[in-house]
Amino acid sequence: MFMARYTFTGGIHPNDGKALSKDKPIRDYLPQGDLVYPCSQHIGAPAKPVVAKGDHVLRGQMIAEAGGFVSASMFSSVSGTVKAIEPRRVVTGDLIQSIIIENDNEYKEVEYSDPVPLEDMTKQEIIDCVRNAGVVGMGGAGFPTHVKLSPKDPDKIDYCIVNGAECEPYLTSDYRRMLEEPEKVVSGLKCMLALFDNARGIIAIEDNKKDCISLIKSIVKDDPRIFVKALKTKYPQGAERQMIYATTGRAINSSMLPADAGCIVDNVDTVVAIHNAVINRQPLMERIVTVTGDAIADPCNFRVHIGTNYHELIDAAGGFKEDPVKIISGGPMMGFGIFELDLPTTKTASALLCLTRDDVTAFKSSACINCGRCVEVCPGRVMPKVLAECAEHYDNERFVELGGMECCECGCCSFVCPSKRPLTQSIKSMRKIELAEQKKRAAMAAASGEEKK
Amino acid sequence: MSDLRLKVSSNPHVRSSVTTSQIMAAVVIALLPAAGFGIYNFGIWALIHILICVATTVLTELLYELMLKKPITIGDMSAVVTGLLLALNLPASAPWWIGIIGGVFAILIVKMLFGGIGQNFMNPALGARCFLILSFTRIMTDFPDIGDGLSGATPLGQIKAGLPVNIMNMIIGRTSGTIGETSMIAIVIGACFLILLGVIDLRIPGSYIVSFVLFIIIFSGHGFDGAYISAQLAGGGLMLGAFFMATDYTTRPITKIGQYLFGIFLGIMTGIFRIFGPSAEGVSYAIILGNLIVPLIEKITYPKAFGRGGERI
Repeated sequence: MFMARYTFTGGIHPNDGKALSKDKPIRDYLPQGDLVYPCSQHIGAPAKPVVAKGDHVLRGQMIAEAGGFVSASMFSSVSGTVKAIEPRRVVTGDLIQSIIIENDNEYKEVEYSDPVPLEDMTKQEIIDCVRNAGVVGMGGAGFPTHVKLSPKDPDKIDYCIVNGAECEPYLTSDYRRMLEEPEKVVSGLKCMLALFDNARGIIAIEDNKKDCISLIKSIVKDDPRIFVKALKTKYPQGAERQMIYATTGRAINSSMLPADAGCIVDNVDTVVAIHNAVINRQPLMERIVTVTGDAIADPCNFRVHIGTNYHELIDAAGGFKEDPVKIISGGPMMGFGIFELDLPTTKTASALLCLTRDDVTAFKSSACINCGRCVEVCPGRVMPKVLAECAEHYDNERFVELGGMECCECGCCSFVCPSKRPLTQSIKSMRKIELAEQKKRAAMAAASGEEKK
Repeated sequence: MSDLRLKVSSNPHVRSSVTTSQIMAAVVIALLPAAGFGIYNFGIWALIHILICVATTVLTELLYELMLKKPITIGDMSAVVTGLLLALNLPASAPWWIGIIGGVFAILIVKMLFGGIGQNFMNPALGARCFLILSFTRIMTDFPDIGDGLSGATPLGQIKAGLPVNIMNMIIGRTSGTIGETSMIAIVIGACFLILLGVIDLRIPGSYIVSFVLFIIIFSGHGFDGAYISAQLAGGGLMLGAFFMATDYTTRPITKIGQYLFGIFLGIMTGIFRIFGPSAEGVSYAIILGNLIVPLIEKITYPKAFGRGGERI
């Protein structure tokens, strides 16, 4: 029935650092200052603001609507007044048009429509609920979930996979969520399964979270459609392609979607957001954020209102006990290094990691010795060493020919390199350049095609 | 909050603690049993050769980089590895200057002129050894008498001449030969250390030795003769070559399948040289030839990306 491998080829075992925050129950954090909602916190077209400066908004009220099919709406997570709509800095360092709301600390909430039992809803209604709640992939990519849930041929979906691997070091938000609210995770998965008649549900968890595995197993033991898979603990087990391979034995490449292999994959937090959207009719307003690292006095898992300033989260976790040298939004393998804390929590911000040591600048990079460690660990099974050379020579053609676009930017190659070469960085930049050029070529081809007409 | 002094970089933000110099230092440590046995077996001259070779390789690299105002890289320890390997490939009876000529050739010609660490296309120590054998054949093939009454005949030479050999002595290393090649036990102890540390693996040494054994079973005319096979394995530079020189990162293929192909190629070439060639030994030339075909091997064994083939959908 299953062709599960429980693991994948390649990967690494970095120091996981989860002990810092693993046993800290989720704490609710109520924001004090202004909340900032960047209009682009998902993949696709930016959301369009539907409020104006001076408007009063309630918690749960839509403040920006989806700017297209591949886009997501945004909702205020507090009640208050729209203070401004202006560009603000986000974790990537870009300035993004954002809606700023002054919190009146009253948390007056809009009236949500009455819940309808899942059995009585049509498939389209379920998808509409998800779209109207602004749900996006909360594991980091931010792909609008309603798009994922609308594949070309829903009957060909064999598996709905809940990604509970949480393979990034230090992160414990999904772990706490599965431990404290497992029934919401299962309920969210049931909403997904209601859309796909031929699908089985898989909840995939790395085997370093034994307590989650047995807890969720006990909840779903009577459900014939839902299975719990204990995967081997290895980074990047939670990467979408590696996840699909480990749970189903199906391998997809960069030009395919999970749906092409009959799979829909969603992260734990996303599945809970689906549950809230479909069962409670509530939009996406909160997420779990792990605030951790050896510079933090009291590492915590917070339930955070989206839009909350990072400063507040650091203060809520007891502030710094030592000066941090590096602060990362997200995990240490794929997160963004940030240079200031005056940034908002977005739908995709899973952690705030404050480290007193920066490995990247602590080592000097030297010449490649051809040791082959990068090739050994690459889950995309390309040769990072060769791709990075192509990238350094701006050799697009060879880069693409040798599979450069198959890289998932997981960072394993840079992690293991004994010469401390920034392999991931070189390959990542080259992929950006190549994607931009492909777009340009497509646009030019389209333009010349029109001229011919 | 502007008092925070934060470092910003691209992901990943953590690195493993393994560095190039650690890897090279591990190789040096792994060569110490063989070097130690060489000194015990051949006396003080073995030690003198080792010191001269290591000093020459390190100084050559340092002077070259100073003269060309390049960054100094002797801290990565790779010159020490080259010097040590070169010394282990010299006969203890050679004159003192042979290590200097070999060391300069290894570092200057084979390594630095091709761009330094990671850029050389053949193993520097082996390149230098072959250069020395061709230039100073008498010196390089004249091995010292270790007091076993065989006046410096190597066990491989004896086998070639059809004479009996003492296999126990060969495994322990109480035979004549180059400084570091005689003791199979000492070499295997060092190799196990490297394998346990994950610095090398068995892909190349394993396929090399297995294919070599198969080759001599088929072509040597001795058939499946246990004594002959163990003598061939323990004698000459096969063990040192298979574990320490064929596995040299820079000059072996990087892909897994490529490494097996490389090992098989070395096994076959060593068999040809030893059985059909005029000399009893053939490991150095086999590995150097192997080094030269590495780009071809890598070209045909470039891996298929995940999801681009191989796996079933």
